[in-house]
This record gives sequence, C-alpha cells and structure tokens, in this order.
Amino acid sequence: MPLTIAEKILASHAGKKELRPGEIVIAEPDVLLANDVTAPLAIKIFSELGGKKILHPERVVLVLDHFTPNRDLAAAEACAEVRRFAREHHLPHFFESGETGIEHALLPEQGLVLPGQLVIGADSHTCTYGALGAFASGVGSTDFAVALKTGQVWLKVPESIHVIFSGSLHPWVGGKDLILHLISRLGVEGANYQVLEFSLAEGLSLRMSDRFTISNMAVEAGAKAGIFTPDRITEEYLVGKTEKNYTIYSSDRNAAYRETLKIDVTAIGPQVALPSSPANAVPVEAAPEVKLDQVVIGSCTNGWIEDLRTAAQILAGHRAAPGLRLIILPATPAIYRQALREGLIETFLSARAVIAPPSCGPCLGGHLGVIAAGEQALATTNRNFPGRMGHPDSRVYLSGPAVAAASAITGKITHPREIVSAPPAPEAK
Amino acid sequence: MKMKKLSGPSVRVGDHIDTDTIIPARYLSSTDSKLLAAHCLELLDAKTRDRIHAGIVLVAGSNFGCGSSREHAPLALKARGILAVVAKSFARIFFRNGINLGLPLIEIPAAIEIPDGEEIELDFAAGKIEIPATKKVFTFPPLPGFVGELLEAGGLLAYLKAGGKLE
Repeated sequence: MPLTIAEKILASHAGKKELRPGEIVIAEPDVLLANDVTAPLAIKIFSELGGKKILHPERVVLVLDHFTPNRDLAAAEACAEVRRFAREHHLPHFFESGETGIEHALLPEQGLVLPGQLVIGADSHTCTYGALGAFASGVGSTDFAVALKTGQVWLKVPESIHVIFSGSLHPWVGGKDLILHLISRLGVEGANYQVLEFSLAEGLSLRMSDRFTISNMAVEAGAKAGIFTPDRITEEYLVGKTEKNYTIYSSDRNAAYRETLKIDVTAIGPQVALPSSPANAVPVEAAPEVKLDQVVIGSCTNGWIEDLRTAAQILAGHRAAPGLRLIILPATPAIYRQALREGLIETFLSARAVIAPPSCGPCLGGHLGVIAAGEQALATTNRNFPGRMGHPDSRVYLSGPAVAAASAITGKITHPREIVSAPPAPEAK
Repeated sequence: MKMKKLSGPSVRVGDHIDTDTIIPARYLSSTDSKLLAAHCLELLDAKTRDRIHAGIVLVAGSNFGCGSSREHAPLALKARGILAVVAKSFARIFFRNGINLGLPLIEIPAAIEIPDGEEIELDFAAGKIEIPATKKVFTFPPLPGFVGELLEAGGLLAYLKAGGKLE
C-alpha cells in the first residue's frame, strides 16, 4: 500500500506497517513540548493523573516564551510552577531567561527536532517543525500530561492535501506571501483535520526560514501538520545541530491524496491578510489605505534571521513614520546575537524601532506591544482574529517582513519596491 | 456507561469563533476554572454575551474553536456550565481538547438550522437533537470507537483513571 510521508511517520511511531486515514492510532512521540501557557495546566492534570515519574524526561521540552520576561504576577507564578516542575523531574530541556526564545524557532536551532520524528506540542504552531520533514502537531495540555506519564498520544490518521509550488519567486516575496495566498485559497478550515504536504517543483528552491514560515501557518487553514520532504537544504541546515541519527521519509509515488493543488509562485506578489482572518489575503496593491499605529516584526512565523535581514535592507537609512511604533523581536538569543553581529540591530535602532526580547510578546496580545481600542497594526505574526493583539476593537493586518518594514516607514500598507528600487540582495532571497 | 440526555436553551453564535474569543490570551496565566469561567466568551457582542449562562447549549457555525491549542478554551466553557457545543464543524485541536476534557461536542451540518433561544434536547446514545416545541429532530452519527469511549467516560483523564488504556 503506497503511503504519504505523514502516514509513514505515523505508522513508524505507532508500530504499524500500514494505516488508513480515519483510523485512530496510539503513537509514541519523540518530542513533547509545552510552554508557560500550556504547561501549568498540564502539570495540574499530570498530578490529577497520579503522575509521579515522567516516562522519558529526555523527550520533554519546556520553553518559557509566551508571557516572559514575566509580564505580571500571574505570569511569574505560572513560570515559577513550570520551573519547579522542570527541576523536580530533572528535565534536560528547560529554557528560560537568556537561553529562551520563541519555542518554534528555538527547538530547530537547538537540534531538538529532526526529520522523521513525531512531535506533539501543547501549542498550535507546533506544526512549524513539518518544515524539517517531521510530523509535528499541536495538541492540548491533557494530551501533553498523559504523554508525560505514558509516553503515548492518541491520533486520528489524517488525509493529506498535496500542495506543489512551482515557478520562481518575485523580489520581496517569501514564505509568508506563499502561505497567506494558499490559506486565502483553502479558507481557514480548508485543511481541517488534514495534512498539508508541500512539494517544490524542479527549479524552485526555498530557504529553511521560508519553509518554517509556511509550515507554521498550516494550522491557520486548520491543518494537523504541514510537511516538507527533506532535501539538501534541510540536511545543510542540520549540519552541526545534532549528532543523532534521523530518518528521511518521502511519499510514495502513487500515494493517495484528498486533493492536489498546483501553485505557480510566479503569479504571487507580496500579500497582506486583512482583519480579522488569516484567510483574507490580498495583494499589497489591493490593500486599503489605512493609518498604521504599530508594526511588529517577529514571532514564530517571521522572527528568523533571514526575516530580520530583509527588514533591515528596507529600513536602512529610514525612520519609522512619525507616531508609528515599530517593534522588532528576534525569535531566539542566537538570532538576536547574529543580528547584532551583522549590524541589523543598529539599523533597527536608527529606524526608531524598539527591540524587544525573544518572546511571543504582542502576537497574542500578551505584552510588549498590546494595542488600544481603534488602533491598527501590521504584523508579521500568524493570527489577526478580533482582539488578538489587544483591545477587541483594534485591528491587525498580517504580512511578511518586507511589507512590514516598508509600511513602518510610510505609516500605511506599502509595497517594498516603493522604498527600495533595487531588488533585494542575494542573501535576502 | 451511556451519556445522559442533556437539555437547555440554545444560544446561537456565528462561524469561526476562535479561542481568543472563547478565552482571551491575557487570562492564560491562570488555570483557575472560576477565573476562566468569568471571562469565557467575553469578546462576543454584548447581547449574546449576556445570554451565556450555565445550562445553555452553544450552537455554532463552522470552525468553532479555531486558533490556539489552549485547553483553557474548553475548560472555560465547561467551568461556565455550558452543557454542550453543537457546531457545523469544529477546529481540530479544540475538538480533541473538548473530548479529552469530556465537554460534549456534536458536529452536525444542520447546526445552522437550529433556532436561537429554543429549548433543545441532546440524546447522545440515539444520535438525536430534538426541539420539543416544534418536534423537529436532527440526527447525527455518534462518535465512533475510541473517541466515543473517551467522551462517554467523561474525558481522557477520567478514562485513564477508570482503568482505560491507551493501547
């Protein structure tokens, strides 16, 4: 029976040779992830379960990233509880303070997620790791707690939708533009309960950062996972990050898909998703003229070093529009340091940006840039639901880093070519 | 053990009710069910929000619970005393979290035909939603196999505590 990459990874972790979409399997994940929002609830459930010992402490990753540095007393207490738990169980992968970063950028950077693995995370954007050829899916705190004790998780085997990207990328177009375009075609539940399997046609190459961005937002179309088949670029990315062996899976030639979608990226320009749905993407040229109060560059979607380079190329020699608040959050300490070395932070500070610490920060209206009633923000984040970044009567537009940087300069939604006439330098491609 | 019949007044909400609407992120530092219940669905329009009480059945359109994986969302609904959610469709993570917590969820395409503010009866064993006032009946297939067992047991925790196994 021919299988998809998703089916092969699930089968290998459920001790099965074959499986069929719709079937419930009990699988053993390689990595279990939770953060300062989802871990406290899981710890409570673990204790209600009579949990004393964690079956595989080395598989557990706890990251304090949502409301850190501690936003308020409640966040401080939540983080303290996770810290106590991590110490009590001698968890080797606990991240906080100067070692923490946004979980979905941090785990790949630390070599904690590898191709062919099954990853469950109590965070919806766990699907990010699909970029590495892992089956990674968001679950809840109960799932995480039960897996701590039993090492297992129940999963329904999903069908897959095959998305084949072809053509060549326009200047200033990146992973974010492709995924926003795709979600606008699929709709926010177009891939509900399904896997999005991404393939690149001959001649099209995507950087790892673009793949992470694309896999990251698979969940915004409802998908359970968003998987790329590993290739040379994946292998190069992993060099120096791990000494562990990993398995590269790929779909069989005649594997069954619910649907195949071919997308010529040559037809896609920079996109903006209008409030209040990630599926509301339009080309930048079609975006309404709105006065922006804030621009945010960062998040698990677009806080990668490549994103910061793109933003810096556009911001160089410019300043954020008067009255506009520009907030930039490098996703991890290593990305922050790299940005310092390359002079990107200097460029951002000269552009009147606030550099915030690696954190989820304003993306979910937590802190470090919450917006007021009537305010409008453009963000490189992944969700623009009503009230997501603050007041229920505020509005959020989503874009990639190039559009965000250009818009920060003008104070309205702007195509990057209006700021920089030359195409982006090769490293930003 | 079969699930008991439930009945209560319906409160209709729209499509794509996301987890930020169910429980805004600023309350997520807490696992206190009283606090979560107090802020449950507070981003809804004021008129609907005032009708969210213990004992109601929430009736939604498509993609209920889309967005984050926060289990605080089904937890807040349960703590608020919401009997069940009937929706045209559920977002995946919310659905599994709801089942894991033993919050009754019914996915039925006809959800949009269920009138607002009407007493409705949910019969899980028979797979039936009845509106006594008009005698109208909608049917739905009961949750199959393991997932059905989880909901019947009152959630994954209750299932494991009762000796259920993940095998």
